[in-house]
Amino acid sequence: MEADGIRRALVRIAHEIVERNRGVDDIALVGIRRRGVPIAQRLAASLLEIAGREVPTGALDITLYRDDLMRQAVGPQPVLRRTEIPFSIDERRILLVDDVLYTGRTIRAALDALIDFGRPRSIQLVVLVDRGHRELPIKADYVGRNVPTSARQSVQVKLTEEDGVDVVVIEDVADDRARAPAAGDES
Amino acid sequence: MTTQAVVLKGGHVVDPAQGIDGVVDVRIEGSRVAAVGVDLPLDGGLPVEVPAGLVVCPGFIDMHVHFREPGQEHKETIASGAAAAVAGGFVAAACMPNTEPVNDHVGVTEEIVRKAGEAGLARVYPIGAVSVGSQGERMTEVRALREAGCVGISDDGHPVASALLMRRALEYASMFGMPVIDHCEEPSLAAGGVVHEGYPATALGLRGQPGEAESIMVERDVSLSGLTGGTVHVAHMSARESLRAVRSGKERGIAVTCEVTPHHFVLTDEDLRYDTNFKMNPPLRAAADRDAMLEGLADGSIDAIATDHAPHHADEKAVEFDRAPFGIIGLETAVSLSLDRLVHRDVLSMRRLVELYAPNPARILGVEGGTLAPGSAADFTILAPDTTVEIAADRFRSRARNTPFDGWRLRGAVAATIVDGRVVYTSPLVPGAAGLAWPAPATTP
Amino acid sequence: MKGALGAREAAPADVPGRAPGLRSKHLLSAGDLSREEILLILDSAEAMKEVGTRRIKKVPTLRGATVVNLFLEPSTRTRTSFEIAEKRLSADTLNIAGGTSSLLKGETLIDTARTLEAMAPDVVVLRHAASGACHLLAGVCDARVINAGDGMHEHPTQALLDAFTIREHKPGFEGLKVAIVGDLLHSRVLRSNILLLTALGADVRVCGPRTLMLPGVERFGVRATTSLDDALADADVVMLLRVQEERMHGHFFPSRREYFATFGLTAERLGRARPDVIVMHPGPMNRGVEIASDVADGPVSVILEQVANGVAVRMAVLYLLAGFDVNEGAA
Repeated sequence: MEADGIRRALVRIAHEIVERNRGVDDIALVGIRRRGVPIAQRLAASLLEIAGREVPTGALDITLYRDDLMRQAVGPQPVLRRTEIPFSIDERRILLVDDVLYTGRTIRAALDALIDFGRPRSIQLVVLVDRGHRELPIKADYVGRNVPTSARQSVQVKLTEEDGVDVVVIEDVADDRARAPAAGDES
Repeated sequence: MTTQAVVLKGGHVVDPAQGIDGVVDVRIEGSRVAAVGVDLPLDGGLPVEVPAGLVVCPGFIDMHVHFREPGQEHKETIASGAAAAVAGGFVAAACMPNTEPVNDHVGVTEEIVRKAGEAGLARVYPIGAVSVGSQGERMTEVRALREAGCVGISDDGHPVASALLMRRALEYASMFGMPVIDHCEEPSLAAGGVVHEGYPATALGLRGQPGEAESIMVERDVSLSGLTGGTVHVAHMSARESLRAVRSGKERGIAVTCEVTPHHFVLTDEDLRYDTNFKMNPPLRAAADRDAMLEGLADGSIDAIATDHAPHHADEKAVEFDRAPFGIIGLETAVSLSLDRLVHRDVLSMRRLVELYAPNPARILGVEGGTLAPGSAADFTILAPDTTVEIAADRFRSRARNTPFDGWRLRGAVAATIVDGRVVYTSPLVPGAAGLAWPAPATTP
Repeated sequence: MKGALGAREAAPADVPGRAPGLRSKHLLSAGDLSREEILLILDSAEAMKEVGTRRIKKVPTLRGATVVNLFLEPSTRTRTSFEIAEKRLSADTLNIAGGTSSLLKGETLIDTARTLEAMAPDVVVLRHAASGACHLLAGVCDARVINAGDGMHEHPTQALLDAFTIREHKPGFEGLKVAIVGDLLHSRVLRSNILLLTALGADVRVCGPRTLMLPGVERFGVRATTSLDDALADADVVMLLRVQEERMHGHFFPSRREYFATFGLTAERLGRARPDVIVMHPGPMNRGVEIASDVADGPVSVILEQVANGVAVRMAVLYLLAGFDVNEGAA
């Protein structure tokens, strides 16, 4: 998936959001750090174009909600980043945005985190890539592209804002290192 | 009892008192040296070959140890202390009076002498207290202590804080030819200090005491010795200003002598960490102080090396630095440290080292030994200067393990220790040392 | 790649994209921290500070972890700060204070540590009157040890929160002129701050009476002066230290009045510092001794921010130290 494919997928998702929510009135976007954040910002820009309204956009770091922190503590902790949700999520429809949906554990953590911020009317999930292999009962509402993968492959989304280029890379990885998450990266 | 004769053959003998520094034989008859000379005839004696490379010296005397008996036998006893002494190459040790009760009474002195006799290893010379209970108030019965066996007086562990008491002690002890050994520390200046004052203390957040807390009292004692003519001996000197005071006193002909411990000529406050085996009083000083001690050892301003062997139980030391007792053991590390750091590093000659360990302490305390001249006690320390050893505290004869030198590799060891013509120690670490042992004199009914 | 589950089987150094983390299992001295480690703690504390702004000021990060606050010397503010930090991270906390515990009657610190070990704590936060007590504890105890102030030695989390507070007001540490004024000799806060601030490149000057100067101060890489005006000249930050009369045994200064006249920070004297100077104090303050009330309560004072930041910084330290396997002792 190249830059153009990513752009088109996000524009399509923006249209679906407006359609399914009948406008953007009580919508807010929350991107999961790191690469969910620029995707949320791009969606906000598209929504502004389509609906002519600014949609509040925040950033969520789920590190403190990870389910593996005290379980297998053998190395340095993942890097913490700031959570910035400068608006109330109460009674809003929250669009939770991430780059890749895989096991679902990041989303589980993000749902827990969001609930600590308030009581949204609903939470919908937006992902650029769904690569399968779910370990929790979680399903995306908006998907840029479904990519069937094997567990021995890695899926990396690169974005201009973070990586200087827009591209989705799927690679075969031989060793176990592929399974170790790079902190805050694709999840 | 028949007198057995032994001839130590082929050993390199260093006996400063006789000006000997070369290969000579020594004939021992019973507990005495009978003759010293090149190629002595056996004349019925048992020949004992000294392995090449070993050095035969008059017996080393440690003039400053703490044997903790009576009262604190869990730290050390006279028997365990004497065993540690001979394993460290010492034929004799002078034990300080800060036992429980304090050795301020002939009853305590007699007990120490009796226990030392039972142990039958090193000679143990009790040091009596200057003041009753070492409280710094009332003088002890010095003559009675002398007659019971004390060879000097000291309130070691505490300074003699009162200048008047120090004056009277010097005057009074001089009647019996005894030195007053002072732990020099000006109490108000040292108060609360657990280490030497300086950068390492500050960085560790430990209260320091300056070298001047010691030197001020050395100055005072030198002045009082000048006033009274009594002999003052500065215990465990550590500060360069103290050395200056001693030198100046000696230049003026004042009867002052001093000793330094191995840890004060090897370690400095830069070695400090939160390890209570680095906590002793006086504390490890700055590098400039340590260097001054090396200079004093080399130029003769320092008279003796003494260990200030201060045993403590491991539990007592396994506490916060501030709360730990002062003191480290030294009997079983002193000679190796001295050979490695002084002789092999050319700070001083073997002859000078022997002076510091044998004739000088004997002279200061007025005890026998210090030479191998015919007629002297057959007390020997036999050194293996080129045997490298690793200090292993768990093999010490001492009951205590509180040394900062555990695990150190040092060049120089004790091969054997002989007291009164009896081989009381041979080292398992020195090749050939076992062959130095000869049968104890047969006793006939 | 796997998601947040992250079977973290890779060795720390082999994990791509992950920060180097802390090298030590314990936080005993600010001097053990590299510049990178200090910045990692400060960055993490920023994220933690946001948690404190939420309506629900609690995250599940240390759920199931046990933290023992062993405070063998009286302390309210540090203990409270640690306790809030632990609770915000969902750790189970246990407070043992010197005066109230039968555990400690006549018992050595090592025995106390062994008793605590039986309760399997993950972290022990120790405040103790003796310098080096935390090193002693760390040597015998499997838990991670955090130094919450040991004697006159160090108080590393205080220095970290001070640096965090400075960073919120100043563009950087390089060349930043920091004047630390007061009872230098007895201050563990000073020792930790010197180590931390010099590692970050700050230009530190220390000022106090000659009687309370640090022996060997020239080796700390700071400028020492007994002139308050000299110390304050062009200062970006003024940090005051409490006069610790409880630790003073003998002749350090004649009276509080004379101390204040010579070293007390007043609005007038503060005029020598830069206009945007900030004034800090680790607390508790002696008003009218080291600082005048109008300065302590005035617009340049960030003293209450320090207190608030303490919680975030301690959360960050707890979080980062939790990365080490207690059994492996990845020191």
